[in-house]
Amino acid sequence: MRSALRHTSVERWSRGVSPLHFMDARAKLVVLLVFLTAVATTSKHVPWIYGGYFVLLGAAIFMARLPVLAMLSRAAWVLPFSAIFAAMTWWAGDFAAALVLIVKSFLSILAALTLAASTPWTRLLDALLFLRVPRPLLLVIQFLARYLFVVADQVAHMRQAAYSRGGARSAQAFQAAAGAVGVLFARSWERADGIYQAMLARGFTGRFPAPSAVPFLARDAIFLCLSIAATVLVRLAL
Amino acid sequence: MKSGAPVIDIRALRYRYPDGTLALDGIDFQLDPGECVAVFGANGSGKTTFVLHLNGLLRGEGSVEVCGLRMDGALKAGALAAIRTRVGLVFQNSDEQLFMPTVLADVAFGVANMGVPPKQAALKAQQALEQVRMASAAAKAPYHLSAGEKRRVALAGVLAMQPEILVLDEPTTSLDPPGQRELVRLLRQLPQAKILVTHDVDFAAALATRAVFFERGRIAADGDVHAIIEQFHWSRGSE
Repeated sequence: MRSALRHTSVERWSRGVSPLHFMDARAKLVVLLVFLTAVATTSKHVPWIYGGYFVLLGAAIFMARLPVLAMLSRAAWVLPFSAIFAAMTWWAGDFAAALVLIVKSFLSILAALTLAASTPWTRLLDALLFLRVPRPLLLVIQFLARYLFVVADQVAHMRQAAYSRGGARSAQAFQAAAGAVGVLFARSWERADGIYQAMLARGFTGRFPAPSAVPFLARDAIFLCLSIAATVLVRLAL
Repeated sequence: MKSGAPVIDIRALRYRYPDGTLALDGIDFQLDPGECVAVFGANGSGKTTFVLHLNGLLRGEGSVEVCGLRMDGALKAGALAAIRTRVGLVFQNSDEQLFMPTVLADVAFGVANMGVPPKQAALKAQQALEQVRMASAAAKAPYHLSAGEKRRVALAGVLAMQPEILVLDEPTTSLDPPGQRELVRLLRQLPQAKILVTHDVDFAAALATRAVFFERGRIAADGDVHAIIEQFHWSRGSE
C-alpha cells in the first residue's frame, strides 16, 4: 500500500495545520493566479527577478510548514515535459529563453503544488465554485481526483500480487506490465462504476451538495493584499 | 407478522443484462415494516441484481413498490430521490461507498443530497457516527480506517439519511469475529426493516426470522430462516 499512499501525500499535507492552511482558499487561489500571471509575463532579461519569485514561494512553503525537499522533488516532475520545449528553443539558438522556460514551468508547478498542499481539495473546489468556474468542470475535477486514488490503489494491489509471485524489474516484467495496463483499465472501470452506483444510492443527482458559507475574515484580506503587493513588487523589479 | 402494508412489494420482477443474461426471472417478494429477511443463494444467482432494484439503480420489468411509491417507467427524478432516501443500501465493498476526503463529509454526503443545509447535515452525520461508535474518526480520511471501521462508517452514511429500510450486501465480508458480533449488536438495535444478503448463516440466523433462497434468478424458497438453511444444506457443516 505504500506506493498508493505516496500518491496521496499532497492530499495528506493539505489537511495539515499552519498559518497558510488557515487562510481562505479563495484568497490563496487569487494570489496563485496573480503569481502565475506575474511569472508568465516576466522578461528573460531580468533573471534575478526569478530569484525573488523563489524567495516568495519559499516563504509560502515555510509558512505552510511543508517538507521543502519533497515539494521540490514533486515539482520536478514537470521538468521532463518543459525540457522538451526548452531543448527546441535552445536548438533555435536562444539559450536564455530555454533556461527561462524551465524556470517558469518549475515555479508555476511549485506554486500550484503549494496551494494544493496547503488547502483541502474540498475547500479548493468550493473556492473555484465561488469564483464562477462552471459546475460541470468542477464535477470532472472532483471525479478525476477520486478516481486517481482508485487507479493508484489498483496499481499498488496489482504490483503486490506480481511481486508476491516473483515478479521483478526485467524485460519480461515490462511485457507483463504492458498487459497489466489493460487489466488495470478494466478493473478501474469496474471500481469507478461501483463508486458511481454507491453515490446514486445515496441520492446523488449530478450536483455535489452546496458548500457551507465560509466567512472571509480580515486576516484573509490582509494576506491577499500583502501577497499580491509582494508579487507585483518583485514583478516590477522593485 | 403483518403489522401494516408491506414496505417493499415486488411482483413478477424480471431483469435481463445488456448481454442477454436473464438475471431475475419473475421475483415476487414482500417485506413488512420492522421485519428482517436474509437473502441466500449461490454466487451469480441474482441476489445483488435484486437489491440494486430496491432503490432504482437497476430497473426491470414487473412491479416494484417501495413504501407505497411505485417505480415504473415514468418515474420522475424527484420520486426516485424519495425512494432512495427510504432505502439505505450498504454496498459489499465499503471502499466504493466511501469517497469523500473525510469520514464526516462522507457520512453527510447522502443527507446533503436530500437538500439538508450543510450544518444540519454535519450534525446528522455526527449523530450517525455516534450510533456506530465511530465519532472519534470524524476528521480522518476514510482510506486510513480498518476494514471493520470502514464498514461501520459506510453504515453510518446510510443511517444518517434515516431510511425506513436497510439493505446490506454481504455485510460481514472482511470483518473479524468481534467485528461481526459488534455488527449484530448494532443491527439488533436498529428499528428499520432489513434485508441481509449474505453467505454467513450464523450472522443471518442471529438477526433474521425469515429467509429467501435465490436460484438462477428465481426465489426457490421463502420461509423460516432455520428451515431454509436446513432445506438447502446451507450451513458450513452441511455435506
